[in-house]
Amino acid sequence: MTITPARAPIYEGSRIPSKVPTILEVPQDLRDSGDLLQVNFGPNHPSTHGVLRLMIDLHGETVVGLHAVIGYLHTGFEKNMEQKTWWKAITYPERIDYVAFQNNELVFVLAIEKLLGIQVPRKATWMRMLLCELNRIHSHLVWLGTSGLELGAISMFWYCFREREQILDLSELVAGTRMHTRYFQAGGLAEDIPRGFYAECRKFVERMPHAVDEYEQLVDRSLIWLERTQGVGLLSAEDALALGQSGPVLRGSGVDWDVRRDQPYLAYDEVDFHVPVYTHGDVYDRYRVHMDEMREATRIVAQCLDRLEQMEGEPWIADDRKVVLPPREELHTSMESLIHHFKIVTEGYRVPEGEVYVTIESPRGETGCYVVSDGGPKPWRVKFRAPSFVALQATATCLRNSLIADMIAIVGSLDTVMGEVDR
Amino acid sequence: MTWDQVPGHVETHDAFGETTIVVEGSTLVEACEHLRDELGFNFLSDITATDYLGWGEPGVSGYLGTTQGRNLNDPMTQGYQRLPEPKPKRFAMNYHLLALGREDGRCVRVKVWLDDGESIPSVIRVWPTADWHEREAWDMMGIPVEGHPNLTRILMEDDWEGHPLRKDYPIGGEPVRFSDAE
Repeated sequence: MTITPARAPIYEGSRIPSKVPTILEVPQDLRDSGDLLQVNFGPNHPSTHGVLRLMIDLHGETVVGLHAVIGYLHTGFEKNMEQKTWWKAITYPERIDYVAFQNNELVFVLAIEKLLGIQVPRKATWMRMLLCELNRIHSHLVWLGTSGLELGAISMFWYCFREREQILDLSELVAGTRMHTRYFQAGGLAEDIPRGFYAECRKFVERMPHAVDEYEQLVDRSLIWLERTQGVGLLSAEDALALGQSGPVLRGSGVDWDVRRDQPYLAYDEVDFHVPVYTHGDVYDRYRVHMDEMREATRIVAQCLDRLEQMEGEPWIADDRKVVLPPREELHTSMESLIHHFKIVTEGYRVPEGEVYVTIESPRGETGCYVVSDGGPKPWRVKFRAPSFVALQATATCLRNSLIADMIAIVGSLDTVMGEVDR
Repeated sequence: MTWDQVPGHVETHDAFGETTIVVEGSTLVEACEHLRDELGFNFLSDITATDYLGWGEPGVSGYLGTTQGRNLNDPMTQGYQRLPEPKPKRFAMNYHLLALGREDGRCVRVKVWLDDGESIPSVIRVWPTADWHEREAWDMMGIPVEGHPNLTRILMEDDWEGHPLRKDYPIGGEPVRFSDAE
């Protein structure tokens, strides 16, 4: 038995509100009728994924007006990073998007390396790719678990967090911490890959496809899930592009674009993976993109493991003593190493003058990092292009004329992390 | 690729494999429409405002160097190995564009130089996604965006004074509520 309710076609023309693209204004005739109810949603509501505040005008059960308020989690990461030396600032990006921490760390490290022009050993490149893909699965699992929870599929949460726990254990094995690992350094990795990691990771790679099958069995044939997600929160390809959407939201709207494939970084041009694209532009298709990406990420992890196992004994960080800390054991015997260590720890390394903008495909979409260096040991300006910040701009378009009950599903499907929105 | 056709084109730089085209602020919207319609840059990735106050000088928040060079008795201060290139004006607005869907996936950075208080036209009708980015530039850097239909603070509170990411905005300068001193 297959249950396929009629899929609503993507609308004609554009649904972006004309005057302000992110605010849905109540039509004047409805406002005159007086039959409106204003509902304040958030900022402290469990299903806002943090501290998002939505002010909604309801006509009956239909959303006719919307105003999103953000900034409740603004912590001034970018200002703080200007006060830190380059190598100390690496800890901040992970906390900006605390679910996709590894990807955010990568984008900042890649920006530093682009300015420095430093060569990264291939072992570090492949390990970075492996960890970023594990992190993508981690992020999608958190998304799937919490979104399922919000739509009443409570058991999804426990199943997703079961696999998430395995990823965090792998993270702990590699870096000593479960989240916010600070494992990527300018030039490579902080430590060598620990013994036993490959075997543990293989177990996970074998387990994960079955886990995704289980999730699909739980929700994909559930009429409640299908009816709450299909044909809901529509966003056409043209509107998604105009609103700057990226990642699963863009690919769920039928735009075939993935930074990993189209502007390859790390070694993504050497691995085989498929970019899932769905064309209905609704919550269900965004969910499908997430599920397919988890499978593809697992395939990439397996390919990384194959390569990494052939690189036993290779260096994991560049041998550039002006940037990279010397090995700990050398400090007892080599005066030069001691001096280099002291200089990097106290002053930090200098990064050549210039500005770069680096983009990667994080689990939430295109994460960009724009950095300016004045040639000194601290960043002059750091700016993150946060995909969640951009995704939230689509709420007014997606929620237009939808029911209030669908709002949870729609806001959830945009997969936002408020730490990244507010920075 | 020739960038000379872009309206208000001033100059083009290539560095670190990235192209920066500097344009006049007054004809920014025309330049953006040309880039979108003629050259295929259909995707606005990001807008960043940068404050260059004190660029290459000592004593600015976030920078501990001195023009006299390195002070060996103070380990956290040091000068530059060479002074950075001077900037024409205090603020820069950077628009990162992407030709999405093209085979080569080209990127370009459009840069506009601005003085303090000088306004810049809004590109919201070229790319609707500019809405929040421009509000952020106003909120954090105090760049007045002309023609933006809803130019209010976005990350800070509505009654906040000052623009936090400016270089002359002090760190730890905000009053602390419920402290012992009160």
